[in-house]
Parts: sequence; C-alpha cells; structure tokens
Amino acid sequence: METKFSMKFESIPGCEGFARVTAAAFAARLNPTVEEMEEFKTAVSEAVTNCMIHAYDGREGPVSMEVSLRGRTVTVKIGDEGRGIEDIDKAMQACDTTKPELERSGMGFTFMKLFMDDVFVKSSPADGTEVIMTRRFADSKTPVSLH
Amino acid sequence: MEKKDSRVPVYEREKDVLYIRLPREFDHFSARNMKVETEALIEAAGIKNIVFDFTRTEFMDSTGVGILLGRYKRMNFIGGAVYTWHVSTRIRRMLEVAGVTRLITELE
Repeated sequence: METKFSMKFESIPGCEGFARVTAAAFAARLNPTVEEMEEFKTAVSEAVTNCMIHAYDGREGPVSMEVSLRGRTVTVKIGDEGRGIEDIDKAMQACDTTKPELERSGMGFTFMKLFMDDVFVKSSPADGTEVIMTRRFADSKTPVSLH
Repeated sequence: MEKKDSRVPVYEREKDVLYIRLPREFDHFSARNMKVETEALIEAAGIKNIVFDFTRTEFMDSTGVGILLGRYKRMNFIGGAVYTWHVSTRIRRMLEVAGVTRLITELE
C-alpha cells in the first residue's frame, strides 16, 4: 500500500524551507523520530537548494516534488527543468562545488547520502535533473495508520 | 530583553569579537546576506574573532558549512579566529563529516 503526495513550485528564494517542511509534514504519518525527521528535512533541503542555485542559477524555474510512503520507507523525488549536471560522479564528491563564490561547501550530495539510504540522480542538459532518495525509518513503537 | 528575530542572523560585537546569533533555520535563504554583513563588520569594526552561536539553531543544511568555512578562511587571512558555540549533536555530526571541526574549535 502506497500513499503519494506531489506538488510543483517555482524556485523562488525561501522555497527550500517550504519544500522541506511540506515533505516532512507528509512523512510525519510514518511517525519517525525527531532525529529521523530532521535528517530527512536536511536531504530535501539540499536537493531543492541545488535546483535553485545550480539548475536555475538563481533564476525562477519549476521544481517538482513527489513524496511517497510505503511501509516504513519514504521516497522523495525532486525534479527540475534546468541546465542539468555535466558530470554526476564529480558533483556527488564531497567538497566539489561549481559555486565557490557563493561560499557553497560542495557538501550537498554528501549530506543527502549521509541522511538517506539511497540517492539516485538522473540528469541531462535537455531534461534537467531528478534526484530520487529513499529512507527507511526505524520501526515505530506507536501503531501507524496511513488513513 | 528585546525579542530577536530568529529568522535572520543577529550580530553583536564585544570589543574585537563578533557574535553571530544564527537563525533557527540556517539555510541558503536565511544566510543570503551573511557574507556581506559579516564582511562589513570585519572591516568597519576591526573584528578579530567570530563566534557562531548555534543556540537558536534547530536546522542546518550544507549552506552552514560553506558559510563557516568561508569565514574561517577570511579570518585566517587576517590573523583572526572563528569558533562555534552551543552546537546540537546532529549539527555537530554534519560539521564533523564536512571536516569543519578539525579547523574550527567549539567553545565550551
């Protein structure tokens, strides 16, 4: 049994906060711990911030977010229609940033991988980038209802 | 005491020490003016030490790492120092993974 939530928004300043809080509110029905929730929010924040500063280079563009829940597992897909990533392996390396002038750390993908069980990236200059991340929350002592 | 806005960083100077009371959510949006604001204070007020105060901070993403390392490099260049203060366990883990804790000392 899977439940899904999706939304589309523009990459305006501050949308990363709105996106992570919204994704977390939906995932809250799995009753994760506060730590699990904060880690999940960080991963979402990283992916959406990448859309804003890399895919669209600070300009506005559409971002899609889909959150699905199955059992104790949450999957989040974050997609843009921006410039795409030339070298995905390089982008995912710690401390590699193409935006040092913005004081970016190059740790975005590292934190996504740290806080999620799986991180998968699809990207091309024609179609933009999609990041798919999954995280299995620890078994909860409180019964969970998806309704 | 006046209630400080927890959405933005608050700057307090004490002699040559700049205390940056970090926002509740330390992300790309809340940190958007921090480089310019700290730079202005470093130049105008003769700041030699920066203390990043995480007391109010519940959330941080990689933006925070970039800001800390940027200010570390800047202060290192002028012979100053950078410290962190009141860091939560989760944020400390992120700073460790990013190698920040090797460069920046956390105050007791």
